[in-house]
Amino acid sequence: MAEKTYLQAISDGLRQEMRADKRVFVIGQDVGVYGGAFKVTLGFQEEFGPWRVIDAPLAETAIVGSCTGAAIMGMRPVAEMQFADFISCAWDHLVTVAAKQRYRAGTPVPITVRLPSGGGFSGGPFHSQNPESSFAHVAGLKVICPATPEDAKGLLAAAIQDPNPCLYFEHKHLYRRIKAEVPDERYTTPFGKARVHREGDDISVITWGAMVYAADEAAAQLDAEGVSIEILDLRTLIPWDKDAVLESASKTSKVLVLHEDTRTGGFGAEIAATIAEEGFEDLDAPVKRIAAPDSPVPFSPPLEKAFIPQVDDVVSGLRELAEY
Amino acid sequence: MAIAREAEPVSSLREVKEAGLDREDLLGVYRNMLITRAIEERGHILYKQGKIPGSFYTGRGNEAASVGVATAMGPDDVGTPLHRDMGVHVTRGVEPWRIFAQYMGRADGPTRGRDGNVHMADANLGLIAMVSHLPAMLPVAVGCALAFRIREERRVAVGWFGEGASARGDAHEAMTFAGVRKLPVVFVCDNNQWAYSTPTHLEFATEHVADRAQAYGFEGVVLDGNDVLAVYRETKRAIEAARSGGGPTLLECLTLRMEGHAVHDDAFYVPKDLFEEWAKVDPIERFRTWLLENAELSEDEEDEIQASVKKLLNDALHRAEESPLPDPASVTEGVFATPEELDTPHHK
Repeated sequence: MAEKTYLQAISDGLRQEMRADKRVFVIGQDVGVYGGAFKVTLGFQEEFGPWRVIDAPLAETAIVGSCTGAAIMGMRPVAEMQFADFISCAWDHLVTVAAKQRYRAGTPVPITVRLPSGGGFSGGPFHSQNPESSFAHVAGLKVICPATPEDAKGLLAAAIQDPNPCLYFEHKHLYRRIKAEVPDERYTTPFGKARVHREGDDISVITWGAMVYAADEAAAQLDAEGVSIEILDLRTLIPWDKDAVLESASKTSKVLVLHEDTRTGGFGAEIAATIAEEGFEDLDAPVKRIAAPDSPVPFSPPLEKAFIPQVDDVVSGLRELAEY
Repeated sequence: MAIAREAEPVSSLREVKEAGLDREDLLGVYRNMLITRAIEERGHILYKQGKIPGSFYTGRGNEAASVGVATAMGPDDVGTPLHRDMGVHVTRGVEPWRIFAQYMGRADGPTRGRDGNVHMADANLGLIAMVSHLPAMLPVAVGCALAFRIREERRVAVGWFGEGASARGDAHEAMTFAGVRKLPVVFVCDNNQWAYSTPTHLEFATEHVADRAQAYGFEGVVLDGNDVLAVYRETKRAIEAARSGGGPTLLECLTLRMEGHAVHDDAFYVPKDLFEEWAKVDPIERFRTWLLENAELSEDEEDEIQASVKKLLNDALHRAEESPLPDPASVTEGVFATPEELDTPHHK
């Protein structure tokens, strides 16, 4: 065990998978000589050579499409989108080709696409988005959103070893801000098993990614006010741990669903609807959602702050639920 | 002004032998072309009988291009054929009864009723099933070639597209990436002159699609797509070049789509004299004439081949009609793969 940043944990996990399995290769823009825009693959090309750490042209369609072909030929490609926002250019290759190939043609497509996502640093409308819900809606894709360094490593290894197309959303705001103990050895963290980030009795917060930490700060404030908050970190949206959510809802009887993505059609809506359908009898208050408003991600700091759910917003939401 | 090389026709049996086909192979090519057309003719009848749900697409006129390219592929080569390329499936060895089962949405079709018409392929035969979004399969073919390059295998991927699909960005990105990395891939353009109702001059401004190859750093060749031997010879050259590290080639097989885009389309927008002109160079008739003149195809041989094709398809149709419809309860089966499924020859 050693203390690692979230970014270092991703990098270590990827390097270990590449060392263990020669079918694993990395492809993306500037991943080789430059080591990736965020330096996740720094030093990889020196270790694995230019044909396992491939600098691709500025061509997301070719990157993800060629990963599909290589995967069908037995490789385990890991594509890096420079920013999650650019996955729009490869939409067809995930949604039309990779997601449906197993169902239609019986051909598994074991690819992993790494997607540096999320805002909080004035990245503006094209370097800050959280497009996970768009892909959660597409049958055939797995959607992974780690919050901790330990999970970042274990879930990446699980994605690479999974026989399906996996979208791995790594939150940029956590890259160097979050540090924690990470096991040194190679391990996987299973999909579809939520993590109890904080145990509590009065209100459940269902969240993932960077919002786990906003929830944690808010929970500390509520704790001082005598309200005990449980935080459930979903870790993966497809598959998602419905049982853990319903169990927590049953325990606390009040639920706040929190995400950084925009509100309408966000994955929180699916969670809230499921609780309404299957956990209605357990509730003492309507399920509450806190999410970004339905706008593009703005650039200027006060606007961006108004867009991304802040700790104060979560505190207010929790107080409303506590008082209900 | 054309930039691409314009391929010469193949003239003699000796020339064909030099390219790698003996007389027995030639009869096999002829047979595959007949099977290809007959499958689609039978399919058309099935459609009119109401036995095929959805729509129905054929590649009439493209038999030489599809069979010619597939004949030049090696057993370990792979490809992503499209909806005019039935001849590729036939040449690679798919059993016709499974194609009829696919047409009819039966459980024994290659997609088990999950997808229809020509959206199919048998991965065990080195083929990857197409999607409707053309030319999305080109980057996939490039990815196959990338895998071969990473593993230093002497295998080649063939990616198909139409002249209409050449307008989309996927084609550009695939050729850009394959060009800069000199990947072992051959791009085959079925230029059948009509993208649904849109003629070529509204699809691209160069004389040939293959003229673009120069911009990507590799050779472009324009072929008579109705001459199966010319298609075979040029594909063989391109595949061998790719196999020995020479990078990609873009082959443009010029032909005419002899029917509408799909069965509902009577192609009223195609000038009648264009159909008449291309009917005179029908790829199957032309190859039969060539065999008569250059390879002493006898009447007995012709009869034997025709009869065997007829029997093959009668049996195939019978077997396909016995295949059950898929179980409605299985609707969500197979959305995700299991780890055990990766335990296949090409996944090891």
